Amino acid sequence: MSSNFTIGVRFLLAKRKSMLMSLAGITFGVGFFIVTQAQTSGFEGFFVKTILGTNGALRVRERIQDTLRSMSVDESGEGFQISHKEGKRYVGDVAQPELVADAIRQFGNVAGVSRVVTGSGQLVLRGQTRPVQAYGILLDDHLGVSDLSEQIVFGELSDFRRTANGVLLSRYLAERLDVGLGEKIVFRAAGKARKLTVSAIYETGVRDIDKVRLFIHLRTARSILGKPFGASFLQVSLFDNDRAPHDARRMIEVTSHHVSEWQRREKVWLDVFKILRLSSAITVSVIILISGLGMFSVLAIIVMEKTREIAILRSMGYQRGDISKIFLWQGFVITLSGTLAGWIFGFLMTLGLANLPIRIRGIFSTDRFVVNWSLSHYLTAALIAFVVVMLASYFPARRAARLEPADVIRGTSA
Amino acid sequence: MADSTPSSFPGVTLACEKLERFLGEGENRIQILRQVNLELRSGCIYAVTGPSGCGKSTLLYTLGLLDREDAGEIWINGTKVSGATDGERTIIRNRNIGFVFQFHFLLPEFSALENVMLPMMKLGELTHEAMQIRANKLLDEVGLGEKSSRLANQRSGGEQQRVAIARALANQPDILLADEPTGNLDQNNSTVVIDLLCRMAREQDQTILVVTHNPAIADACDYTLPMLDGQFVPRD
Ligand SMILES: Nc1ncnc2c1ncn2[C@@H]1O[C@H](COP(=O)(O)OP(=O)(O)OP(=O)(O)O)[C@@H](O)[C@H]1O
Ligand SMILES: [Mg+2]
Repeated sequence: MSSNFTIGVRFLLAKRKSMLMSLAGITFGVGFFIVTQAQTSGFEGFFVKTILGTNGALRVRERIQDTLRSMSVDESGEGFQISHKEGKRYVGDVAQPELVADAIRQFGNVAGVSRVVTGSGQLVLRGQTRPVQAYGILLDDHLGVSDLSEQIVFGELSDFRRTANGVLLSRYLAERLDVGLGEKIVFRAAGKARKLTVSAIYETGVRDIDKVRLFIHLRTARSILGKPFGASFLQVSLFDNDRAPHDARRMIEVTSHHVSEWQRREKVWLDVFKILRLSSAITVSVIILISGLGMFSVLAIIVMEKTREIAILRSMGYQRGDISKIFLWQGFVITLSGTLAGWIFGFLMTLGLANLPIRIRGIFSTDRFVVNWSLSHYLTAALIAFVVVMLASYFPARRAARLEPADVIRGTSA
Repeated sequence: MADSTPSSFPGVTLACEKLERFLGEGENRIQILRQVNLELRSGCIYAVTGPSGCGKSTLLYTLGLLDREDAGEIWINGTKVSGATDGERTIIRNRNIGFVFQFHFLLPEFSALENVMLPMMKLGELTHEAMQIRANKLLDEVGLGEKSSRLANQRSGGEQQRVAIARALANQPDILLADEPTGNLDQNNSTVVIDLLCRMAREQDQTILVVTHNPAIADACDYTLPMLDGQFVPRD
């Protein structure tokens, strides 16, 4: 084994230039694979964290039969129709939220349930009005199903907790209305108006949310919005978010309510991220593939140039298997060194990218490139490089092993 | 004693009977070896002579299990080896046979010492240090003791051929097969190489078969086996 390895490495070193080309190709391929995956999956993960932290893993609403035809438009943009054998069904307010919440808490994977009463209205300040969507919440319940505490950018949640007429305003609305902490604004809904005090300011980074959403206490919401009973929906957080579709299906069976999981609600964006990640993986794998082709030609040339040496090795007792190992070792050495160099290269690029400032608002909020440090990216890149290069080495190795030493030596004698 | 095989004679290291070999494909297929019989004893040097194209090299490759016989039988140290698998033949080559060709076939990326160690590394019976010691000793014997670390391609043709002889002797083979080992060498170097081969055969009790066109070399050998058209010429 060790002599096959030594011979392989010496053969390779004799072709240093072409070998370095393939090596560089694999290094770049592996490095770029890692950095693109770190970045795309980083942003994807951050997006998922944002949607879980704002709208929760699951949302539970009531099913409404088509018979009423009360096409209440869902302002939050999350209501939709489910086509069903018997006809269309719509979703609406949960009539008995405590009952449903108790049933849902029975699920082992459920981490928290928050009842939310929503309603649309306007914010009025200094003659300006803004259409908004008020979320009436029980603060502690809602903190259990969202990242609201992390999203506070100014002020304290404890101020909100203490103030019955307190409001959590988004940074977006606060800036538009030019209103600061402790100031009062007027909320108008259903013909009523109420003065609210700005207790804290939050930012999710999700444009659609920040533009309209404000949080008030559930009791306040019930009284302003004129909804003394029920809840608009229940927001549910889970321990294992990947199991959301499974839990949703079972909750539908148990509660006969409409349950939508985050994977379905955000399918469009999640698909965009998935495609981005996949297409960048494919693009970058092409670099590895091309270096694999380079490796193939380097080895094919070495086999051709070394037929005499192969024949003499065979004559002195090296088996066909030894000859193919000599060339497979060469592929392995290139894969290993290219992968290790690529790992370092990818690591350093990821590190550099993570410190690169970029301001993104819209679907999430970040001031830096988001990267995801995952060993799986490193292993996947290594696996791709390994498969490509070993496949590229296999054919020259097989060819070398099949050489008939007598034919080669016969051909060289005068 | 009609069924006595060559293997039953003591001292016979290499023997063949009714050995046949064809080369070429289809219409170009021609018989190169015609029912060759041969018995070679240890400690003796044999010269195979004959006109170009009569099948000397083919006989050498076939006897050395580098090429496969089409018919007939081969014995090495009393064991029938004809019909063995490629893997088995390769093991026998490693342990029992040393080749020296007209061209030295040294691996240019390796030093003389490493070239000599290659068959030992494959055999794997010695430690690395022991291999080095033995390779150095062999290089000493072929007169290249102090230049062992130089790369193989930084030497003269005669030196390279002497390294090739040291390599052929690496695993102390019973049989050394040399195909025009001095074909590329001048008179001086030829004499050195042949003297070396003779000394080895006597000291190590090896069987040596040398294919040569050089009458001086043939004379130096114990036996001369003239070949013609794929057969040995019968002695009168
Ligand atoms: N691949 C082949 N197909 C057909 N015939 C071949 C092939 N290779 C060699 N021969 C023929 O086989 C015959 C024997 O070749 P071989 O090399 O054994 O001769 P040789 O006695 O060693 O000759 P030389 O003294 O020139 O080395 C030659 O006539 C050659 O033309
Ligand atoms: Mg010949």
